[in-house]
Amino acid sequence: MIAAIAKEAEWRKDYLNEKVETIYFGGGTPSLLSISDLRLMIEKLKELFFFDENAEISLEANPDDITEEKLIEWKAIGINRLSIGIQSFNDVDLQWMNRAHNAQHAIECLKLATKYFNNITIDLIYGSPTLTDEQWKKNVEFAISFNIPHISCYALTVEPKTALDKLIIQQKKENIDVDKQAKHFESLMQWMKEVGYEHYEISNFAKPNYRSKHNSSYWKGLPYLGLGPSAHSFNGSSRQWNIANNALYIQSIENGDLNFEKEELTASQQLNEYIMTSLRTIEGINFLDDRWLMTDDKTKSKIILSAKKWEANGNVVLNEKILRLTDKGRFLADGIAADLFQL
Amino acid sequence: MLQTYIFAAVMKNIRNFCIIAHIDHGKSTLADRLLEHTHTIGVRDMMNQVLDDMDLEREKGITIKSHAIQINYPYKGEEYILNLIDTPGHVDFSYEVSRALAACEGALLLVDASQGIQAQTISNLYLAIDNDLEIIPVINKIDMDGAQIPEVTDQIVDLIGCKPEDILLASGKSGIGIDEILEAIVSRIPAPQGSYDAPLQALIFDSVFNSFRGIIVYYRILNGILKKGDKIRFVASGMDYFADEVGVLKLTMTPKEEMKAGDVGYIITGIKVAKEVKVGDTITLANNPGKMIHGFEEVKPMVFAGIYPVETDDFEELRDCMDKLQLNDASLTFELETSQALGFGFRCGFLGLLHMEIIQERLEREFDQTVITTVPNVGFYAYTSKGDKLSVNNPSEMPDPTKLDRIEEPFIRAQIISMPDYIGNIMTLCLGKRGILINQTYLTPTRVELTFEMPLTEIVFDFYDKLKSQTRGYASFDYSPIGYREADIVKMDILLNNEKVDALSALIHRSRAQEFGRKLCEKLKELLTKQQFQIAIQAAIGAKVIARENISAMRKDVTAKCYGGDISRKRKLLEKQKEGKKRMKQIGNVEVPQEAFLAVLKLD
Ligand SMILES: Nc1nc2c(ncn2[C@@H]2O[C@H](COP(=O)(O)OP(=O)(O)OP(=O)(O)O)[C@@H](O)[C@H]2O)c(=O)[nH]1
Ligand SMILES: [Mg+2]
Repeated sequence: MIAAIAKEAEWRKDYLNEKVETIYFGGGTPSLLSISDLRLMIEKLKELFFFDENAEISLEANPDDITEEKLIEWKAIGINRLSIGIQSFNDVDLQWMNRAHNAQHAIECLKLATKYFNNITIDLIYGSPTLTDEQWKKNVEFAISFNIPHISCYALTVEPKTALDKLIIQQKKENIDVDKQAKHFESLMQWMKEVGYEHYEISNFAKPNYRSKHNSSYWKGLPYLGLGPSAHSFNGSSRQWNIANNALYIQSIENGDLNFEKEELTASQQLNEYIMTSLRTIEGINFLDDRWLMTDDKTKSKIILSAKKWEANGNVVLNEKILRLTDKGRFLADGIAADLFQL
Repeated sequence: MLQTYIFAAVMKNIRNFCIIAHIDHGKSTLADRLLEHTHTIGVRDMMNQVLDDMDLEREKGITIKSHAIQINYPYKGEEYILNLIDTPGHVDFSYEVSRALAACEGALLLVDASQGIQAQTISNLYLAIDNDLEIIPVINKIDMDGAQIPEVTDQIVDLIGCKPEDILLASGKSGIGIDEILEAIVSRIPAPQGSYDAPLQALIFDSVFNSFRGIIVYYRILNGILKKGDKIRFVASGMDYFADEVGVLKLTMTPKEEMKAGDVGYIITGIKVAKEVKVGDTITLANNPGKMIHGFEEVKPMVFAGIYPVETDDFEELRDCMDKLQLNDASLTFELETSQALGFGFRCGFLGLLHMEIIQERLEREFDQTVITTVPNVGFYAYTSKGDKLSVNNPSEMPDPTKLDRIEEPFIRAQIISMPDYIGNIMTLCLGKRGILINQTYLTPTRVELTFEMPLTEIVFDFYDKLKSQTRGYASFDYSPIGYREADIVKMDILLNNEKVDALSALIHRSRAQEFGRKLCEKLKELLTKQQFQIAIQAAIGAKVIARENISAMRKDVTAKCYGGDISRKRKLLEKQKEGKKRMKQIGNVEVPQEAFLAVLKLD
């Protein structure tokens, strides 16, 4: 697999023509990769692309893969940001979500990780049936107590056709209570504000200077290159994604012919993505953004007109410079974005 | 090679016939075999039920419109022209059958060998007898394992009083009995009668709209000769046109120099305006006019519903499409209607719910119209205390209760044929639908016919489905109107956040209102999506609320993750959502999806 990805990187080295500012090892369990493979990958990328000297290099890790030895090695090969899938500090909750680790693991690995890395982000999940309001508060307090500078908080989502979805349909597991999720989200925003985290994207909170550079570039519509099975790439006007099946991916590389699908985005699709991702961020739509400036006046006024409705009911802030969601509006981000879309 | 027969048709060598039967008894499949056997359709063009050429017909596997096609058939050294009309079997379309019959001298009456005589076998047979047609009874699908040839033979002998030897055996699927059928058509069905010298009289039995050719009219000539270029006149409308093209209906239209008494064919006159052609009118020559032929009874619609454009601006376009659709479907009636909720639209009359569904689908597919259809109802009569009689085809036409003397609702006579085992279930079902049992006869020891008088409104919605489930499919059903009777009908309104939605009002028997209101509110709760505020759904008769449901406000509508690999999928999802919203109607502050207006049809 590593060889295949390295090969893909070679083939596609001209996909990006700007300086590379971030690398993200994610999706699946890159923390299982051997150090030599990871090192090889980083070296390969540095050889092929032109890197910013302060590039953010993140690695996604499962709590049960983290050992002191690995942390030291990761640091040594240039990883400078860790993303740890903690999810919860509660065993009942972790079991319900079918996670391999337990609360004890989570705590120990954070203790270790903070010894070697200061740029750490953890994932927390709220709104599961097993998570009480008090436990949610404890989870957040725990995370803050470790002085973690970046926290991503996700509402538990049941994707259609997953095992969890089936269990819920068969009534073997309790369904999600959206009102509870809304309540958790509301308190979360309050707590994080009190301790000085910036709520810079719907699900992301950061201490000053600790925003994820990598994810921010998705929301800014910057180009990115994704390598490996199922990885998505974007060059500003077209998006493509590799075949998801591991074996078929490797096979396609071996055959010398990358297997991917591609879509060209029309102007209105580009605009819609811009609306959708910008609205998720604290900056919102800035009327000086290129994408906004290149939009024709008629379309712009249609969008503004729709936005006025949402302003009237307190879901967006709209002035001559920006259009962004209020805290209340963040609950309804998808519906608002869809409403502003142009078809 | 396909052989082409070129000869002048003499009347004695013409046979005009149609195929009639209960639904699904194999008419269109048998037609396939006749066309194949006579090389009317080449191997390359052949497919199953080739005459069912509308998308909807192929998809649903049923015939919706009659279809005429000409066959050349050599028999005993002579060349014959057989004009075949395949007809639909569904009860909603029985008017298509009656029009086809008017162009024929004979009919093949098919009976499915495994099912025997069913309700529409009988009703279509009576239609044919009323038109003095020669009936050729055919037991079809004899290839089936469940074929019961002796039993079905007895049933047919009983029903039409023929001799057992008169009944032909066939299978449209395996091609059994096709020669015998063709021979019987020539030897048993009389040739058309008429005079070439008399003034032209041609009965219009169908018309279609073609965007290139304009309106194409199908007719059967009773007397006289129609030549290309003739100046013709439609007797009832009094309008004159030129016969730009005349010809016969093969798989495609085949132009001819002239058409004569006995022939079935088409004429193109360049008419583009739908209203100028009326099925049932007579075509004659302007310089030598013949008399009007007795045409068809106007079809009476059984159910009414509003059809509205989703975008109010599209009303004119919709009107145009309705006009054109009416040309292809003379049974569709409509008049202007306005709704506070939906703006300008049409109150349409349909033959039944299947017909309504088909009209809506055809508008969408063939004419690219997105429409909203409102709650259907039957037509009532309201008598005011002043003694006026008003026709009420729409809840909004219902007079104020204080000015009302009484209301009458349409009744039908229902014939149900089933097995004795199911009599109990059928009785329970029909009595529960306010039916009155009129008669019960055993057609054979294992087949019983029950006759009920019932309010039409009770059978239009889900009666047939219920009947089928109560009898495990072993029941067939046919009905005909028998006039109006007094009934306690009330108008029930639906309110969304206290705003009355006129398009959701319904006319309903008082004894049904409470339950209907409750179910409708529940259904609407299911169909309306959460919005940012609470929505109250109420059903009310006058000021009295009889049912209520609440939809709580939407608290959360946001995806948790939106990273590189999520963006495209998410955008598509939201674009689809936006597309769906375009099809919604804003009522007060509530967005109502199209399905909600038809919620009433989906109640159980
Ligand atoms: N076994 C068998 N099946 C048949 C035969 N003829 C028709 N069928 C089947 O019966 C079904 C109905 O056939 P159609 O020819 O569409 O029947 P129809 O009478 O034209 O139906 P409507 O026009 O909707 O009233 C189809 O599934 C056919 O394949 C036959 O001779 N034998
Ligand atoms: Mg058919």
